[in-house]
Amino acid sequence: MPLPLASLLTNASFIQILYIVAFVLFIVGMRQVTGPKTARRGNATAAVGMAIAVIATLLTPTVGEYALIALGIVLGTVVGVPAARKVQMTQMPQMVAMFNGVGGGAVALISWAEYRHSLDVGTGNPPLDTLIPILFAAIIGSVSFWGSNIAFGKLQDLIPQKPISVPGQQVLNAVLLVVAIGAAVAIAFGQESQGLFILILVAAAGLGNMVVLPIGGADMPVVISLLNALTGLSAAAAGIALNNVALIVGGIIVGASGTILTNLMAVAMNRSIPNIVAGGFGGGGGGGGGDDGEERPHRSTDAASVAIALTQADQVVVAPGYGLAVAQAQHTVRELGDELEKRGVEVKYAIHPVAGRMPGHMNVLLAEADVSYDALKEMDEINPEFETTNVTLVIGANDVTNPSARDVEDSPIYGMPILDVDKSEAVVVFKRSMGTGFAGIDNPLFYEENTEMLLGDAKQSVNDVLAAVKEL
Amino acid sequence: MDLITELTILALAAFVGFEVISKVPNSLHTPLMSATNAIHGIVLLGGILVIGEADGLLSKVLLVIAIAFGTINVVGGFLVTDRMLEMFKVRPKPDEDA
Repeated sequence: MPLPLASLLTNASFIQILYIVAFVLFIVGMRQVTGPKTARRGNATAAVGMAIAVIATLLTPTVGEYALIALGIVLGTVVGVPAARKVQMTQMPQMVAMFNGVGGGAVALISWAEYRHSLDVGTGNPPLDTLIPILFAAIIGSVSFWGSNIAFGKLQDLIPQKPISVPGQQVLNAVLLVVAIGAAVAIAFGQESQGLFILILVAAAGLGNMVVLPIGGADMPVVISLLNALTGLSAAAAGIALNNVALIVGGIIVGASGTILTNLMAVAMNRSIPNIVAGGFGGGGGGGGGDDGEERPHRSTDAASVAIALTQADQVVVAPGYGLAVAQAQHTVRELGDELEKRGVEVKYAIHPVAGRMPGHMNVLLAEADVSYDALKEMDEINPEFETTNVTLVIGANDVTNPSARDVEDSPIYGMPILDVDKSEAVVVFKRSMGTGFAGIDNPLFYEENTEMLLGDAKQSVNDVLAAVKEL
Repeated sequence: MDLITELTILALAAFVGFEVISKVPNSLHTPLMSATNAIHGIVLLGGILVIGEADGLLSKVLLVIAIAFGTINVVGGFLVTDRMLEMFKVRPKPDEDA
């Protein structure tokens, strides 16, 4: 007797219900990610949703080749688990770039295989309501895979983080875009050709490379968010092509999240997304900062003097930037904060939305170093407090503290919201050398009367200050 | 499912996504991104659905890679997000500590 349960399990409606359960869990999970106390549970909730979606798919009667499916899952697990376990928090931007990339790559490969299948079965091109999403998924998936690879390469220092541009870049990008879309339109109008499909993938690959290469390191938070949005949209398109509601909902949630983050990051830099995608910061109006040739006097200080100023303060604010991540100084900074708090000094952390190389980068680093969530203040919250702050320590941050964004109208970063560190009583800038930041823009903060420079490796400098504080 | 139903689902889910995710604070944006990376791993389903009907070695190889990529997103994304979120805690005041 056939088991009634078995037929129920592979029943199309039952599988659809499991998909609905899955995407409800995704949404509930994301809702819980809105607060630090429930966020971890939210992530687990979404993971349960994913498990249900995968099981539902495996139950689908048309699914076959279980051995190959198992092979793919084992391969992915063998690569993914150790990577997730071992990655350092300073390397999170690379990790997310890689995840974006493989996600986009998976979509591009699936759309290619799906198109090959339609040609193989002899029915020719699939109907347009399947074909158009396949073509869309192929273009976006390929752009996102190759763009993410370049972003990964830049963040991992495999490729220079400086904007890399070739002559005629804009023209070349336009040509690649026209080729990709033209080939897609040709297929949509009835051409049945795998060659054209491969041309789409290749042209989109070229576009992904060429668009991300000229973008400088400081713009990475926008790029990573944008690639995140693109992978999400490509998955949603694949969902429409494959008539799979879980893929549609999952993909569009990711697309929505990436779009929100892209906008937030662009607003935090006061730049439009097309402007960022069109080319690097340094390449643009780097000279606009003014007096480039002139050497202006700055005041240097030493660890012992900084230590004295810190221990005498009521409130100290730390403004971290990418340099903190590069120097891996987060633990030392937290130790210094603890030491000062023991002496009754209030220590807060000022987090600019685009500090670091991805949205929320500094928060993760400081959380790793066991800094309390409460001590991390967002820009709008901390800015009014600088006037009552005795000492601000700027550690590895540059452009996000540059007062010319506020005061100098012809500065390329004019209008970008900044941390008003210059309003505090004293500022100590921890910096490797007197060179300019990624934007290549001079920072008048360094020459202010209330600013002192502590040049050298950030971790070493903070360590020296920590030692000096302990001796007092 | 017809195209119009699918587009309706897409549009509604986009609004829900925007509403929910715009409430995530800046401080949690990195874990948000890695969690959405994990959800993006749902493309895994696409690979599973297509591989059964795929003919030819090339298609099968492409799809095994796609499934592996999707799995990297799922397991890697959820694990690394969990690792991060575990660290986000509100520390008791130092004086209560002592």
